[in-house]
Amino acid sequence: MSHHKIRLTVNGVATEEEVESRRLLVHHLRDTLGLTGTHVGCDTSSCGACTVILDGVTVKSCTVLAVATDGSEVLTVEGLAAEEELSPVQEGFRQCHGLQCGYCTPGMVMSATGLLMDDPDPGEAEIRAGIEGNLCRCTGYAMIVDSVRWAAEHGGPGAAATEHANRASR
Amino acid sequence: MGSMIGAAVVRKEDPALLTGRGTFVEDVSLPGTVHMAYVRSPVAHARIVSLDTSAAAAEPGVLGVWTHDDLPGLPPNRSVPGMERPCLATGTVRFVGECVAVVVATDRYVAADAAGLVEVEYDDLPVMATVDAATAEGATPILPGLESNVVLEQVLSATDAETELATAPHRLAVRLRNQRCAAVPMEPTVCLADWQQLTGLTIYATTQSPHHMRNEMAQWFGLPQQQVRVIAPDVGGGFGAKASCYPEFLLTSELSRRLRRPVKYVESRSENMTSMVHGRAQQHEVEVGFDDDGRLLALRVRITQDCGGWPDATGIGLPTLTSFMSGGCYRIPVIAASFRSVVTNTTPVGSYRGAGRPEASFMIERVVDHVAAELGRDPLDVRRVNLIRPDEMPYATQFEGIVYDEADYPGCLDMLLSHLDLPALREQQAERRDDPTAPLLGIGFSVFVEMGGFGPTPLFEQFGYVGGWESANVRLNPDGSAVIKVGTSPHGQGHQTAFAQILADRLGVDFDRITLLHGDTATVQEGIGTMGSRGAPVGGSAVFKAADKVRAKALRIAAHMLEADESDVELVEGTFRVAGTGSPSVTLGEVALRSLKPHLLPEGMDLGLEETAHHEPSNLSYPSGAHCCVVEIDRETGKVSVLRYVAVDDCGTVINPLLATGQIHGGLAQGIAQALFEEVTYDGEGQPLAGNLVGYTVPAAGDLPRYETHHLVTPTSFNPLGAKGLGESGATAAPQAVVNAVVDALAHLGVRDVEMPCTPAKVWALLNSANGS
Repeated sequence: MSHHKIRLTVNGVATEEEVESRRLLVHHLRDTLGLTGTHVGCDTSSCGACTVILDGVTVKSCTVLAVATDGSEVLTVEGLAAEEELSPVQEGFRQCHGLQCGYCTPGMVMSATGLLMDDPDPGEAEIRAGIEGNLCRCTGYAMIVDSVRWAAEHGGPGAAATEHANRASR
Repeated sequence: MGSMIGAAVVRKEDPALLTGRGTFVEDVSLPGTVHMAYVRSPVAHARIVSLDTSAAAAEPGVLGVWTHDDLPGLPPNRSVPGMERPCLATGTVRFVGECVAVVVATDRYVAADAAGLVEVEYDDLPVMATVDAATAEGATPILPGLESNVVLEQVLSATDAETELATAPHRLAVRLRNQRCAAVPMEPTVCLADWQQLTGLTIYATTQSPHHMRNEMAQWFGLPQQQVRVIAPDVGGGFGAKASCYPEFLLTSELSRRLRRPVKYVESRSENMTSMVHGRAQQHEVEVGFDDDGRLLALRVRITQDCGGWPDATGIGLPTLTSFMSGGCYRIPVIAASFRSVVTNTTPVGSYRGAGRPEASFMIERVVDHVAAELGRDPLDVRRVNLIRPDEMPYATQFEGIVYDEADYPGCLDMLLSHLDLPALREQQAERRDDPTAPLLGIGFSVFVEMGGFGPTPLFEQFGYVGGWESANVRLNPDGSAVIKVGTSPHGQGHQTAFAQILADRLGVDFDRITLLHGDTATVQEGIGTMGSRGAPVGGSAVFKAADKVRAKALRIAAHMLEADESDVELVEGTFRVAGTGSPSVTLGEVALRSLKPHLLPEGMDLGLEETAHHEPSNLSYPSGAHCCVVEIDRETGKVSVLRYVAVDDCGTVINPLLATGQIHGGLAQGIAQALFEEVTYDGEGQPLAGNLVGYTVPAAGDLPRYETHHLVTPTSFNPLGAKGLGESGATAAPQAVVNAVVDALAHLGVRDVEMPCTPAKVWALLNSANGS
């Protein structure tokens, strides 16, 4: 099994680590970099609990090899709230009770953030389509839709996500 | 007192969970941790001929490979007494996914590699993947030492109701199937065991009942309880399935003891689909006798429970609960209930949201619709003629100890109908029926009652628990802030918020100055756990009582400080004062500080403001409600879409409307999913066809509707909060509301039943066979 050195900027912080070819990005984030906010919920890319934003695009980090992210920028749930305590998406989930056990939540919040980066004013159908890759077993989704709608009306994806997107597009 | 009960306060739990700062078991790291992986059986029923672990053991980074024979003294997993399940298969495997060997390595990827190098030779045995196969003439007994695959049979009524059925004006036989489902919490099973030589075992585990687990692990390993610490930190959903014990809890502990290092196990989703207990898996043979008005005169239900490969200690009791609730909300003079539990070469079956009660509710609500169809009567009229009335409550069913508490079933139905324009819906339905280009419309109802507030200690003892009470400790710090330690073990229910609301309401402590601790047996005095919709009724009531104990003592101290009679002192918004006067007054904080000054306290009073209370439910509580589902069926594809779902729930006192709504939504989602999408299926060789999230259809956001929720509140007199419990109601009510709607949509074609899940293929076949014939 070969090893590769990868330089990855995570939540604005540069990192340099050696990884096995087959190491998944989610395990690299969790186990090597200690960012345990991103979760693993399945092994078929079905559930989206592992969603992060990679170079401006939401991806399922269980289906990305860490070696493929050399030179990239990643935004995880830990990096969403810049100066404020919670980003608008995070605050929306709090205000509208969009989480219960919290396990799907980081991935759901990242997907919602990515959605609002692309579509600042999504309606019910657009929101449901935008999070269709994220499974939740607790909420039944209605209050998640409310949460995303709240975020759309109170600042959208938030400063950290916007800044990440700007850097990624350069 | 205050008005925190009923307030829609946002959750204290959220900031950590939203920022990725939650602590789930997999997030915990201890120095020196090594990783466990399983070798699992790929076949459903076979003898293990040979097991070669040498290649695996030789892999760099592998600390060892163990089979059952390598671990003498390892206790069996929690199962039904006499049918103990070994943690690792001994000689025979009984379901696909059963654990055969374990590997421990320094890295999780290495452990997985090594597990793949273990060579196992199997000699196939006949596979019985269904109850029919397992009970057929000459079927091979699955469990050691047993001659039959029927492991339990019980008749729960003195009568078989045959006389009443035979003499009823009408008699109908109905067969119903409540299909096997998987709980699929988003977090699979994870544990991290650290066995220290002198101080004992600490295990982080995804469990709903840490204290119970501590008691059992101590017993099984021969340790005193004070040397076992179980920690359930943040847990990613449970739905009853995490109330069961799993072999990995014992294996990681034993291997940690041997290796003198922490051992961690993280289950993959594919493993979870065959390892975590499944739910439901019941069949019902029902006979009902009724008159021309649809009045139910007699009901006989014979339940067959599929237990899976090993009977689960929690699962084994489910058909009893189903039997107890078989009458639903109806006044049925004679009910005969019996069941048999059958082992099959499939994953063990245990508790899943509702645990035995959704099965009963589905059965009786489908039966009522069958009765209505048979008579050509409106299903609502048939319900009304049978519904137990408020003046008949509390209602003692024929089953001893099963007494429904105060409720208003007809009132729930009335409230439900007030939110529907039923005549308009029926008109729309008729129009669409006549228009071949329009999707069909169906309207289905579900009036339900279920059990909550589990439960009286004698009942819990039957499940092996020490009791069914709950424990709460409330302590005021010297600055007047408060800490609650509670024995429940929430995994999404929001107890940190709801119980703080109760304390704030009873004692006047500022909501933001209350912390709730739970889930750690070293921190929390005693506990039972979170399942059976017991959080609010039992846990909340314990908090209520502990708060009142603290208040009583605080009042005595305040009276002493104010030099007044206790009876003249009142507590208003966190301040004690002499009734009717503005001053002098003392705050809770001042009283709390005073409680630590022995020279300034009443003679003989113990220091501090800390009290523990327990709530023992004298009875179960019975949440109820009335739901309506409106579905649309695409004639071309057979696809069923939920257009509207309206729920009226009576859970008694609502502590936090946000949390209550969340619980209803979550239950409805799982109930609708059972009706339309989910089923765990096996092929003839016992191979699971739902082995991952591609094969098992957990609904995504686009698959589920908006929900309209309403409350009718009849507080229960069975606990001081008046709360009945709510967590399982949605899952209990929804499946039959949806199925009744689907059948209603197809009724004009002569359809009387559709089996769950009502997939497009099934519905399309019904649409086309009816049309074609």
